[in-house]
Amino acid sequence: MEEKIINIGPYHPLQEEPELFKLYCDGEIVKNIDWVTGYNHRGIERISESKTFDEVFFLVERVCGICSTSHPFAFANCIEEIGRIELPDRAKYIRSIIGELERIHSHLLWVGLAGHFLGYNTVFMWAWKYREPVLDLFEMITGNRNSYAMFRIGGNRRDIENDKIPRMRKVLDMIKRKTDLIKGAIMDDPVIHARTKGVGVIPKEAIIDYGALGPTARASGVDIDVRRDDPYAAYPLVDWKVIVEEEGDVFAKAKVRILEMYESISIIEQCLEGLKKEPEGTHYVPVKNIPAGVGMGHAEAPRGEVFHFAITDGSKSPIRHKIRAPSYQNIPTFKVSGVGQTISDTTIALAAVDPCYCCTERMGFAYDYKTGRKTLNGKDLIELSQRKTDEIRNKLNK
Amino acid sequence: MALKDYVFKKSLWVFHFGGASCNNCDIEILDCLTPRFDVERFGIKLVGSVRHADVLLVNGSINVRDKDRLLEIYRQAPKPVLVIAIGACGCTGGIFAESFNFAGPVDKIIPVDAYVPGCPPKPEAIIAGIVALINKKKAEKEVEHAA
Ligand code: SF4
Repeated sequence: MEEKIINIGPYHPLQEEPELFKLYCDGEIVKNIDWVTGYNHRGIERISESKTFDEVFFLVERVCGICSTSHPFAFANCIEEIGRIELPDRAKYIRSIIGELERIHSHLLWVGLAGHFLGYNTVFMWAWKYREPVLDLFEMITGNRNSYAMFRIGGNRRDIENDKIPRMRKVLDMIKRKTDLIKGAIMDDPVIHARTKGVGVIPKEAIIDYGALGPTARASGVDIDVRRDDPYAAYPLVDWKVIVEEEGDVFAKAKVRILEMYESISIIEQCLEGLKKEPEGTHYVPVKNIPAGVGMGHAEAPRGEVFHFAITDGSKSPIRHKIRAPSYQNIPTFKVSGVGQTISDTTIALAAVDPCYCCTERMGFAYDYKTGRKTLNGKDLIELSQRKTDEIRNKLNK
Repeated sequence: MALKDYVFKKSLWVFHFGGASCNNCDIEILDCLTPRFDVERFGIKLVGSVRHADVLLVNGSINVRDKDRLLEIYRQAPKPVLVIAIGACGCTGGIFAESFNFAGPVDKIIPVDAYVPGCPPKPEAIIAGIVALINKKKAEKEVEHAA
């Protein structure tokens, strides 16, 4: 049979950033996947070497907008290791609060988009609706909905004043109730079970071979989490647990993320209690200069471990700065989770591994120029996926 | 009045091109579609192909690899098409303008009708930008008629 190529990208909804995936298909079955990148290369590491340490925070925040706290987090850990800087407890609590709020909004975003790809636009709209109050909290605390500019070396730029705590608690309570609702909608729905269970399975060995991280790894029974394994900020001061599932399919990934949201809410609540004990205004320690040295820092982003490495020479800027984001490890697992599935399942398998995509309804090229062969675009893919859900739904309803 | 000019007054269909961005702009654009902002009530919707679009939203800095693709997408768009540059990156290159890989800003590559600054601009700002553009188009038409 003629082999069909499906281009997903470079400007396509499935990926967070412009990237090109080529699916080589035999009929409905995906035989191989190719991955082309470079559409989003901005030379951040290079720019970083020309910025002062204070400015680098604004830059690394813009590595990825959804994890706009994880990169500053890792960079702060890295530079604070070089300077041997100890943070006051209040600063630690504030950092963890921001980090966990971000996890909540990021996981909600993922749940929504996963819903969209399965043809559950209601889940999409709901999840994004309940994400808004989290962004409002960010706006209240930091002044911006995204890209919070909250961290600096030695602590935070702003304090979370104690009179903001009641409002935060109220929003958290609301989010907890809504998470219950979303959990119910996903965990008990036979259609979602049929679409996600046993789909896009990544076995534990493959996770270890590919070095995948974060919820992707934890859904396959690999128990890693930087927050526990190499504690930083306030995580050792509060009580929480790492969520691990064994199945490795899309459903397990969804479950891990939803259960993690509860953990995040509980971490924030404990941190808010902690804040009350610390005097206001101790949200940073002044830092004069950074000595020469080599530092490594990591942090657990919503998608896995973010790793930063920097070399300093006692001047105002890093002389080398290296960044590794978790998606870099997670994306190649598509080879395991996507190959051998039907096209409509590959759509969600691709989406499940790296939840960081944002632009629905962007498309790839409709024709492959060189060969003139017809290729499917992103919309067709989503339609295929949604049609399959409809079929299952109809079958179940009978 | 050309048909297309008439059409620009309402129900704009939007194609979204995300260059080398940090995602935040992309997410805020998507956010405009979700219940709190819900631009679909004005007939504004995202479409899958620029061939169906009245408006081309461009966000993110444009890197060397994106440049030709942006030109190609602009070429495919039915003219006249309105181009809106979203975010600091779209307007000027923002924080990435110093990069060795920077080929923009957008208005050096294709003509831009409106700029929405911010990093990222709030959904309200994006909506305000589109409304300002529609009003500008209407005013231009009236001037033409009077002449
Ligand atoms: S303008 Fe700011 S938020 Fe938008 S893509 Fe650029 S860096 Fe990201």
